[in-house]
Amino acid sequence: MYNQDFFFQALIYLAAAVISVPIAKKIGLGSVLGYLLAGVIIGPFAIGLVGKEADKVMHFAEFGVVLMLFVIGLELKPSLLWSMRKNIFGLGGLQVLITALVITAVALLFNFQLNRAIGIGLIMALSSTAIVLQTLTEKGLLKNIAGKSAFSVLLFQDIAVVPILALIPLLASVGGVIHVEDSTLNNITPFATFPGWVQLLIIVGAITFIIFIGRIVARHIFRLVAETKLQEVFTALTLLLVIGIAIAMAQIGLSPALGTFIAGVLLADNEYRHQLETTIDPFKGLLLGLFFISVGSSINFGLFVEEPIMIVGFVVLLILIKFVVLLGLGRMFRLRKGYEFLFAFLLAQSSEFAFVLISFSQQSRLFDERTAGLLLLVATLSMAVSPLLLIFNEKAISPLLSKFQNKIEYDKVEASDKPIILAGFGRFGLVIGRLLLANNFKVTIIDSNPSNIEILRKFGFKLFYGDVTRPQVLEQAGIKNARLVILSMAEYEDALKVADYLKKNYPSVKILARAKDIYHAFEFFKRHVKIVQLEMFDSANNLGREALTHLGFSNYEAYRAARTFKHHEKQVLTDLYDHWREDPNRFMQESKRFSEQLSEVLQAEKDYSIHEADCAWDVESIRAEEAGNEE
Amino acid sequence: MKKILILFAHPTLEKSRINIKLTTAVKKLSDVTFNNLYESYPDFYIDVVREQQMLMMHDIIVWQHPFYWYSSPALLKEWFDLVLQHGFAYGEKGRALEGKTVLSVVSTGGRREVYSREGRNHYSLNQFLVPFKQSANLCRMDYLPPYIIHGSHTITDVEIDQHVEQYIQLLTDLRDEKLETSSLATIEYLNDLYE
Repeated sequence: MYNQDFFFQALIYLAAAVISVPIAKKIGLGSVLGYLLAGVIIGPFAIGLVGKEADKVMHFAEFGVVLMLFVIGLELKPSLLWSMRKNIFGLGGLQVLITALVITAVALLFNFQLNRAIGIGLIMALSSTAIVLQTLTEKGLLKNIAGKSAFSVLLFQDIAVVPILALIPLLASVGGVIHVEDSTLNNITPFATFPGWVQLLIIVGAITFIIFIGRIVARHIFRLVAETKLQEVFTALTLLLVIGIAIAMAQIGLSPALGTFIAGVLLADNEYRHQLETTIDPFKGLLLGLFFISVGSSINFGLFVEEPIMIVGFVVLLILIKFVVLLGLGRMFRLRKGYEFLFAFLLAQSSEFAFVLISFSQQSRLFDERTAGLLLLVATLSMAVSPLLLIFNEKAISPLLSKFQNKIEYDKVEASDKPIILAGFGRFGLVIGRLLLANNFKVTIIDSNPSNIEILRKFGFKLFYGDVTRPQVLEQAGIKNARLVILSMAEYEDALKVADYLKKNYPSVKILARAKDIYHAFEFFKRHVKIVQLEMFDSANNLGREALTHLGFSNYEAYRAARTFKHHEKQVLTDLYDHWREDPNRFMQESKRFSEQLSEVLQAEKDYSIHEADCAWDVESIRAEEAGNEE
Repeated sequence: MKKILILFAHPTLEKSRINIKLTTAVKKLSDVTFNNLYESYPDFYIDVVREQQMLMMHDIIVWQHPFYWYSSPALLKEWFDLVLQHGFAYGEKGRALEGKTVLSVVSTGGRREVYSREGRNHYSLNQFLVPFKQSANLCRMDYLPPYIIHGSHTITDVEIDQHVEQYIQLLTDLRDEKLETSSLATIEYLNDLYE
């Protein structure tokens, strides 16, 4: 049988998430706080549905952070990352350094020994990647200047974890308390037993390997797998890539999150980027949720009840120190008009890395059990409070500031922020895409046929491999602000599905569609898609015009005839639609579809006199009149 | 109260300075129908029946266009060819337009002085507009002196705004029958009344 216990646990976690997150979002608290509250409720200090295994769950769920950095990496091209270098190393470096120094000084005031004080300073200087990035994504602030700066700082902190991990045993030994046990260190990184130059060589080798995989090999493998059209194999491959890199990085003592972030960046200009994102997204979301729940359930309220005032005091002190340092740095790095407050509030909590680092420090005997417990509690509470801080900023500080200053400037909307989405880039979409590109419109092209992508990419088209019927693909293409969606794909039923989805969720987005035949066109009309082009009509009409010129029509006569016929067809279509709408449930066999159309159209045509429409330069009546006058 | 139909022909309205302002302004007037020909018939497929019906529903017809090679842009000429049919607009039985009033509103690059015997164009604008005037006559319509905007390449924004004001006033007066049309025969341009 299945492991009943595992499923029971899954049931509790999922139920907690499903119940609490929508409620939290509804009342404006955001999903992070929802998950944390869910954790507290099911944790040992409330109804106690989960207990001992929460730690294990948290370690497992930390993988969500790794996935998140991979997805963020996918959004960042190497060139973009390079342009952020000043913020990453300047702003990030100064933040870690100054915050660590101040916290160390404060810790000394509380009679901690110097080495412990430094340890506390370094650990508490870090901020929570999970909470901050989840919040930024949810509020759509990743591209905001404060969001970008916060992200740079987090990136530096991720890098900084590595030297901090190396420093902790050193600090423990300097204090002369107890020498670090070799076995403890080995458990964390067996790799650490190698001599320094070998370590360096392995690190460089590993990163080169990731670059090689990401730049050269991955594209071919993804294409091969994508061509099988087996969605689950693509998913498996993506997870394999991320997990593989995470394990490799952990083995050589680097942060797995950093490793997958690099991999993500390397894949950022890969044509399968959209597909990778949509594949990873559900895993990332669930694991992050699980992570926040386990943080919530691990809050040690026992310790809190013992000395509530001291704990609250420490939490307030920690947030205050981090906030002030961040605010100062924000000003220094030219964040203005309230953005420096957003930036400071965003990063004023402790980090999930603190959990790892604190327990490692405890193992290294830098902290005793009580200190470690205390630090863990303060770190956890600061994380739990941080979504509230942002709400406070939004509701109180921001309005106050905008009263005193001029209105906060909106971020500049770039052209790509209002994408023109072209779904389907085969024979039909190609013409549309070329016409738009030729007129200097940037088009976001999504196609589900990978072999086309390879060829077209060679000619400099910017396109993505993805399935537009999956809502996430549309979301990532920026459907929310789309200027236009052109459904040019040959998957006719899928096109209707997309139209349904858009009408329901984004009714204001303008849709243009390619139709297979009149019934397909009617399905679009029914969905209020008014601009529909029958895929064969125009080219067949043009060839028909050629036929007329070879049957003795002059060129302009044939042109006029074809043009008249085209306008006539529009009228036929509108009239037939009214007719069809009265009886939309009529069952029609696919095999009879064409003959049905044929008889309907020809029947309708009988009532029109196409040739009466073209009476241009008709001189019959003048001749008759002149002849009459002469008589 | 008369009903006015503006037949507007401009193939590149997006590049124009004057007509963009004029058209935006006239669209707001009541009892004025604005018919943008290039917008309605981008492939020159003119809906003759619709156009004839519109003509019959209005009392005053305005041909508004830039001056291209001493005439109108091609689509307005096509409109003449197709819509003003024998038996509808002219001929023994063609009396659908009888008694209506016609006005040409034309913008042109040359200044007023180049449209004279001594000037570069040798003829006056009213001489160039004779085909329009005679077309109106053949259809038994009254052709008013034209409203002309000269020097369109060098005109200032202030001057354009003055024209917008005058044009609106002119249309309003025509609509409300405040202009004694019979006494206008001696005037060269209708603009001169509003200077």
